[in-house]
Amino acid sequence: MLFPALFFYLFAGVCIAAAVMVIAARNPVHSVLFLILAFVNAAALFILLGAEFLAMILIIVYVGAVLVLFLFVVMMLDVDFAQLRQGFMQYLPIGAFLGGILLIELVLVLVSWTIGPDAQRTIATPIPPIASMFNAEALGHVLYTRYVYFFQAAGIVLLIAMIGAIVLTLRHKPHVKRQNVADQIARTKATAIDIVKVRPGQGL
Amino acid sequence: MTIGLGHYLTVAAILFTIGIFGIFLNRKNVIIILMSIELILLAVNINLVAFSAFLGDLVGQVYALLVLTVAAAEAAIGLAILVAYYRNRGSIAVEDINLMKG
Repeated sequence: MLFPALFFYLFAGVCIAAAVMVIAARNPVHSVLFLILAFVNAAALFILLGAEFLAMILIIVYVGAVLVLFLFVVMMLDVDFAQLRQGFMQYLPIGAFLGGILLIELVLVLVSWTIGPDAQRTIATPIPPIASMFNAEALGHVLYTRYVYFFQAAGIVLLIAMIGAIVLTLRHKPHVKRQNVADQIARTKATAIDIVKVRPGQGL
Repeated sequence: MTIGLGHYLTVAAILFTIGIFGIFLNRKNVIIILMSIELILLAVNINLVAFSAFLGDLVGQVYALLVLTVAAAEAAIGLAILVAYYRNRGSIAVEDINLMKG
């Protein structure tokens, strides 16, 4: 019983410390790297909770794709980040005030809250025991049958996001020659060559 | 020494608060604001997965998967808007974003 608790405190502590460094680091590149650390530790917390599939998704999708995208954008933009940090101390009191109120509210909810006795009866799809089915398998059985429309909707959201990102960032430079396939196919012999009879001694 | 639901919810609450705090603290830097939103969504996901594990209901994990999808789409669109804005204005400071103010 000792080791899971020990690992929980380790992962949770590192996760929270990394999250603090995300908003406090001077260099945005460091912020992104600390965000990666926070997400990896959150994935470890998911594994402690028995949600291995979500943990792997968090590492693959978040650390592998989204945060690398963040890193790419931060390195691509040539911005004076020191100038952007001005007013950091100015906003600290109001931010700490509002954050403190929010945290106190959340803690008050936590201490005065219990799971209702009827909650066990409302379970839609119980988690199968780990001996009969792994987490990814159980999730697949639920996701592809009962929640297949949500799965499709998630796919559409990703498709629209992809199209939107391409539309927003694509730009055609004016002086780049591009291949126009329609023009190439529309060419006939009549439009392609022009036979000129040149008589000797006269020229064109 | 056993770790219960309250422990995970506390971690999620602290992460959520750090995310809100980060939005207030870095009001000029859009990239840090986007990262704070990612932290908030991560806290939501920890809540969903913790409830799912301790109540024994798999639907929470399905929902966390959908939240992850939406968060990834949001990050991609947000960064694309940021890049397009930087190309046009040469700055990403939040207080410069006032072209539509009239």
